[in-house]
Amino acid sequence: MNSPPPALRAEGVVKKYRDAVALDGFSLTVADGSVHGLLGPNGAGKTTAVRILATLLRFDAGRAEVAGHDLSREPARVRERIGLVGQYAAVDELLSARQNLRLFGRLFHLSRPAAHRRADELLERFGLGEAADRPVGRFSGGMRRRLDIACALILSPALLFLDEPTTGLDPRGREEVWSAVRDLVSGGTSVLLTTQYLDEADRLASRVSVLDGGRVIAEGSPDELKARVGGDRLEVTVADPREAEEAARILARHGDLPHTDGERVSVAVSHRVKALTGAVRDLEEAGLAVEDVALRRPTLDEVFLRLTGGGR
Amino acid sequence: MSAIGWAVSDTVSLTRRETMHWLRQPFAVIVGLLFPVLFFLMFGYLLGGGMTVPGGGGYRDALIPGMFAMTMMFGVEATMTAMGADAAKGVTDRFRSMPMSAVAVVAGRCCADLIQSALGLLVLVACAAVSGWRWQDGLAGALAAFGLLLWLRFAMLWIGVFLGLMIKGPQGTATVQILVYPLAFLSNVFAAPESMPAWLGALAEWNPLSATAAAARDLFGGPGFGGDSFAASHPLLLALLWPLVLTAVFLPLSVRKYRGLSR
Repeated sequence: MNSPPPALRAEGVVKKYRDAVALDGFSLTVADGSVHGLLGPNGAGKTTAVRILATLLRFDAGRAEVAGHDLSREPARVRERIGLVGQYAAVDELLSARQNLRLFGRLFHLSRPAAHRRADELLERFGLGEAADRPVGRFSGGMRRRLDIACALILSPALLFLDEPTTGLDPRGREEVWSAVRDLVSGGTSVLLTTQYLDEADRLASRVSVLDGGRVIAEGSPDELKARVGGDRLEVTVADPREAEEAARILARHGDLPHTDGERVSVAVSHRVKALTGAVRDLEEAGLAVEDVALRRPTLDEVFLRLTGGGR
Repeated sequence: MSAIGWAVSDTVSLTRRETMHWLRQPFAVIVGLLFPVLFFLMFGYLLGGGMTVPGGGGYRDALIPGMFAMTMMFGVEATMTAMGADAAKGVTDRFRSMPMSAVAVVAGRCCADLIQSALGLLVLVACAAVSGWRWQDGLAGALAAFGLLLWLRFAMLWIGVFLGLMIKGPQGTATVQILVYPLAFLSNVFAAPESMPAWLGALAEWNPLSATAAAARDLFGGPGFGGDSFAASHPLLLALLWPLVLTAVFLPLSVRKYRGLSR
């Protein structure tokens, strides 16, 4: 084996609780230096998967390794190679950002001077230099998250777990966190990102796994997953909702998977321009009043709903 | 460094974290330290005029060692709240995902809480001294009494760690904070158990808090509430045994609960 082991490899992981199966043969590979999105409805097992892979929970069957270290046999080695950013910003709110980073540096077993140096580096890198000595309790949500991520990066982990990192943040906070994550990957850290915001996975992740019922039901790049539910969609908005049905009949000649939602009618198309010009011509001939015509990519939301059986 | 070396180093780091908390919120620390002083003033001066000590002696002299013991018992809340807050905010999970010593998470808590309680005792002793209280039986007896008081606090640590890991949410915390009052008052801290209805008096005499309070009164050489029961006539033995029993029960329970986090 010449190539380095992947940042994460999980095979057939099973986690049972007394009355439920949380993970039912969960398999996932995160390539080195990539952001891998883990999507799924509430209760699909996302957080359980992260907690198991971060050595916080034991599992009942299967195997998993982080950077080549087996999770069950070498949890201590695994802990040296991972960073965990959970759903809450797990930083000490009474201490300053600098004190937090120094504390966690010492607890990661850096020497005192090394912990101090690393704290300064990370404060600089995450744009927290000016606020470094203020108590974290007074930080904005985005700043607190960035500090949270910085604390997880003290040992430059091979794999960083980000469990819903932007839940509860305002748009500006989300943007701050996203840019921090993009920087990470350019620095060589792999990221396993769980999120309920699909546009977040779309923006950050190069690969996405969709989790449902404790197992991965689909995997691919965001574009591959979108293509899987029918490529681009041609969407027509009619002026009179009563004419939507006729518009749908006309559109069906130019594409598949018709869908009507009030006065909006759409179909999946393979030849964008041909379908667009053809449909517009036919609509005009039929004398339908059209408000708007658009070609658009399916959103990951549509992919997600389609795959998990939640929609249409 | 060896595993033990790292455990010590991690414990020191986490103890320092707590001492930094005190520096960050001195007001909260002062309020915490003055709370038992307020109790002492209320019971010693507002209500104490009507209280008598059966065997003779001043009420305040009997009250003061009881206040020391009660302060140790109330420490259970501080431990529980701090453990619970770390668990709720994900800090405990972060510690568990790190290559640090698992023992240190609890050991750091213990060291910090014992230091805080010892400082709290110092403040109370100073206030008591201002009011005219002195230990009568020499320094050795007094030091033994302080040792017994911290021994009770040590047992309370494990109850606090266990409750902090078990209780989810502020409601459970509030319940415990309310329940400590009847448990503290059902003792010989404020009144002679013999003045209570028989069954209540028996409960009060067997309260671990009463054993430590009575033993401390003896060791300080001050007046006490006495009593004829086995519990009332063997305070020193019980003040040694009770914390041992509580620790023997709650330390393993805490360890089990902590390990159970990964289940």
